[in-house]
This record gives sequence, C-alpha cells and structure tokens, in this order.
Amino acid sequence: MFNETIYLDNAASTRLDEAVLEAMKPYFFDAYAVATSEFGYSMGIDAKEGLERSRKVIASRLGAQAGEIVFTSGSTESSNMAIKGVLSALKGKKDDHLIVSRLEDFPVLNTAKKLDKQGYKVDFINVDGEGILDLDMFSDAITSQTALVSIQQANQEVGTLQDLKAISDICQDKDVLLHTDATHSFTRIPLDVSKLPVDLVTLSAHTIHGPRGIGALYIREGTPIDKWMDGGFQESDRRAGVENIPAAVGFAKAVELVTPEENERLAAMRDRVIERAMADIPHVTLNGSATSRLPQNANMTFHYVEGESITLHLDMLGFAVSTGSACFSRSLEASHVILGIGGDHERAHGSLRFSFGRFNTIEDSDAIIDALKDVVTNLRAISPLAEDN
Amino acid sequence: MTFPYTKEVLEHFRNPQNVGKMEDPDGKGLEGSPACGDMVAVYLKVNPDTLVIEDISFESYGCASNIATASMITEMAKGKTLEEAKKITWKEAANALGGLPPVKAHCSVLAVEGLRSAIRDYEEKHGMVVEDEATTVEVVSKRLKHVMNPMAGLDIIRTELVLKVVVEEGNVRIVLDIPSTHQFAAAIKEDIVDKLESLWDVESVTVDFIS
Repeated sequence: MFNETIYLDNAASTRLDEAVLEAMKPYFFDAYAVATSEFGYSMGIDAKEGLERSRKVIASRLGAQAGEIVFTSGSTESSNMAIKGVLSALKGKKDDHLIVSRLEDFPVLNTAKKLDKQGYKVDFINVDGEGILDLDMFSDAITSQTALVSIQQANQEVGTLQDLKAISDICQDKDVLLHTDATHSFTRIPLDVSKLPVDLVTLSAHTIHGPRGIGALYIREGTPIDKWMDGGFQESDRRAGVENIPAAVGFAKAVELVTPEENERLAAMRDRVIERAMADIPHVTLNGSATSRLPQNANMTFHYVEGESITLHLDMLGFAVSTGSACFSRSLEASHVILGIGGDHERAHGSLRFSFGRFNTIEDSDAIIDALKDVVTNLRAISPLAEDN
Repeated sequence: MTFPYTKEVLEHFRNPQNVGKMEDPDGKGLEGSPACGDMVAVYLKVNPDTLVIEDISFESYGCASNIATASMITEMAKGKTLEEAKKITWKEAANALGGLPPVKAHCSVLAVEGLRSAIRDYEEKHGMVVEDEATTVEVVSKRLKHVMNPMAGLDIIRTELVLKVVVEEGNVRIVLDIPSTHQFAAAIKEDIVDKLESLWDVESVTVDFIS
C-alpha cells in the first residue's frame, strides 16, 4: 500500500511492535468487557486483571506503587491533568504561581500560556545554549506562593536532558510540587520516583512502539489533585471514562520490550549520524547538548538551506525526518526550542531532527547522511547565502 | 507516495530552471531576509534596445513553494519585455503550477516580488523611472514593508518596530523600537538603507534606535 521509507521521526510517533499487538489482541476479542468490580462477571474480572497487571508493570519501571498510576489518553492529557488538576486543588491555599521552562512541549507550554492569560502567574525559565535549565534563575523564581513546577526530563526536539536530581532537590527544599514530562525519556533514561522527589510524571506509549491514544500520569500518593474528566468512577475516581484496556496492556508490553541494550543501540545510531554529518557536510551545527542527550535523538542545523526543502527532497528519496523550520510546521512558526536555546530563525530554518527507534539500524544513519550530502549540496548551489560553497 | 504539492510544483522543485548567481546582471532584486525565513534573489540581463529580458536567473533560500514559484516565474518572464514581465502575477504563476497550498502563499509571493524588484532596479539604474513622485513618509513606509523583523518573521511595519519616519529635503530618518545593541540592530539597519537609498530624491538615510 505504501512505499518503503527509512523512518527517522520516532519522536513524533513510532511503528507498533508486533508483540505489542499480540498482547493487546485478547483484550479486543476475548476479554473485551469493561473492567468490572471484583463482584462482576468473569469477563469483566479478566479485563480488570489485564488493566491492573499493566498498571503494575508501568509503576515498577518508574519505582512507583501501582495505585499511583492513572491511565490517560496520552501525554497531552496527562500534562493537562497534572497542571490544571494541581492548581485547581491548591486554589486558595497557595497563590496561583506556576513555573515552567521555555523548552516545554506544547501540552505543558500551551497549558501554561493559557493559564497565564486566565490570570495565573506563570514564569518561563530560560535555558542555556545547550538547552539546560538556568538553575539559579529557576531557584530564584520559586516563592512561597509557587504552587507547581513543570520541567521536562528530556526535550522533544533537541534531546537535551535536564538535571532532574538538582531540580527535584530544589523543589523539595522549597516545598514545591514538581511535575515532569517524561514523554520522550521514559524507559530511555532512568527515572526512579522512589529515589527522586518528583510528584507527577507524564508518560506516553506511542513513543516506545506502543499504541497511540494511551498514556499515564504518575501521581505521588498524597499529592493534591482535582479529578480531571468528570463522569464515572474509573481510575480510582481520578479520571472518568471507560478504560482503554487493550491500549493499557499494549503500553505495558511496550515498556517491557525496552532494554538497556536497545538504548545503547539507539545511541550508536545517534552518534553515527552526528559524526558522519559533521565529517561529510560543511557548515553544520549540533543543536542541544553533546553529552547530556536522549539516546535516540540527533538534531542539527544545515546552514544556508531551508528545512522543508530538505525534508521534501529526502521524502522523495525515501526518508522521513522533521525540521524546526517555520515552513514545515502547521502553525508556520519557527521552533520555539531552537529559538529558546538562543538560535535565530536562520538556525531553526535549516534544522533537522533525526529520531531513532527499534526498527532502525546503524546503516540507516549512513544512508541518510549519504542522501543528505547531495540534497544539501544541491540546495546550497541555489542559495543566495552560500557564497563559499 | 503522497506528497503535499502538485506534480508541477514537485517537478520545478526537483529540477528548478534558471538557477544560479549571474555575473554582472543588468538588474538585481533581493527579497526576504535570512534571519526570518525565506529569501530569494532574481538577476536579469536586458536588451537595452528592445527591453526584452534575454536572460534571467534566481537563487533561493526557501521552501519548496518558494523554489518552484521562482523557477516558474523566471520561465514565464524570459523573452518578455520588462513591461510585460512586470504584469506577471502570483496568481498566474500559481495557476501554471497547478495550484499552491494557501498557507504557502507568502513564500511564493516572495519570488514574484523578487522579479519586480529586479525590474525596478534595472529601471532605476537606467533612468527609466519617471521621477516625478517625491519621496514621502507613505512612500518610505511602503518600502519598509519589505524589511523583515527577524524576531517575528514579519515585516517591521506590521510588527510595529518602526517608531518614527521623517522625510525632510531628501533626508530620511527612521527610528526603530529596539536598542542599538540589539542582536539584529545592524542587520535591520542595513536592510533599511538598502531599500531606501536608491529612491531618486533621497540623499541620506539615517537609522536611529531607542537607546
């Protein structure tokens, strides 16, 4: 039906693993009932068991208790629930002060912007040229009126990891709740909430070869948070709506399938694509941190050329990657991440994100740079900016 | 495979016509700005007797729509007189390409503007501009709409970066709402001077900053 593509946009979404689909199937065709109480009929009890087993798998990967995991429709919902739910629960007890970083992905960023418009006090903390949070500015921004901090564990676009240990220590020290968006880092980068004082964590399945439409929010026991969706009493009365049990089972399976060996394999692909680009193509800048970054993410700017032109050429050659160029985005706005790390529109204009997944090989890293070399050379040949090429 | 563009756009994108920098062009136009997005340069060779465009080329730092439109419009302009070429519209170029996505209009309009500004450059250099219209604040403001604000990716008039425009006996003074130490101050100033100094009755262009 579709042509073969070397897919290097796994940060956007991933191909489902067949083993995940197999794990989900019984919950579509056999135990397809809604989860019932322990006094319900047997098919509902089987479904409930599948759901709770999945919850345990996800919780244990995070060092959490099963009861601290709430299933949601994905990371957008999880982050909305975390921020709006906590602020709502703390209304009147603390001032409406929220702190986020400038590099947050849209679920956190646009939730914060909306709350800002609605009269909440929101501080957006700067990052340095690699995307690492300014800890001094962050620490100074926290006041006795701060209700919640939301800082991602890893960046969706340039892959930079935050020092979650330092951030959570500051929050604990100042007695402020901390939410982290781990959509891109869960299972790829260690996070143990039994050791780190993080109160809420956003998780997603579709970034790790699980199904779309399922995510989770870790809520540390005792964290004040209002019920998100109103309706039934599902998810211990924290999130209403018929549970998506097949997807939850798929999520758990996807978590089990990620191994440390796989993460090393992804890091090797990442390193290869960066090394080869730097060696073979002139005028390339690495975006993000050289040392503190997601194993599956590489992001570079190819100067003097525009990203949508590059991605369209690559698409015609059978590669899928994404760019931070305004021309590529639905909003026609340049990437706030590249601008946030101090880049200008030119830096965003020619930026490409390569994100690797289970079904990539190290040969893909070589193949895309081989293709990219020609694409960039040809586009630079017609660029008014590339005098010396 | 499903691509977001028509096959005509893809063809011109894949094999753009009339590309490259031209040595000693008779006319040259540059539109857009690298700091905020797409940019296109158009070069002309014009027969001085017939005023026919004998050769034309372009360079693009832009997306697929920008490249394809520049390729198409240079094809359309080649062999036409300056007067005929001036009348080529974005709509005609877009139609010839089998249509362009509406959100991409601004990227492709830039190519048309590049052609027109190359023609204007030729006319100004060859004394063909009927120089009876004195430069006014309106004329200056209109030209400033072609100067980009790199912070926003839109022009400096629309983004209200221009605080003041004064035109006095051939001396133009612009005041911008950024400090002189701003990272883009020098680039914007250069672009403004470039856009205004070719006006027939302008003797000097001064760009001031708020601090």
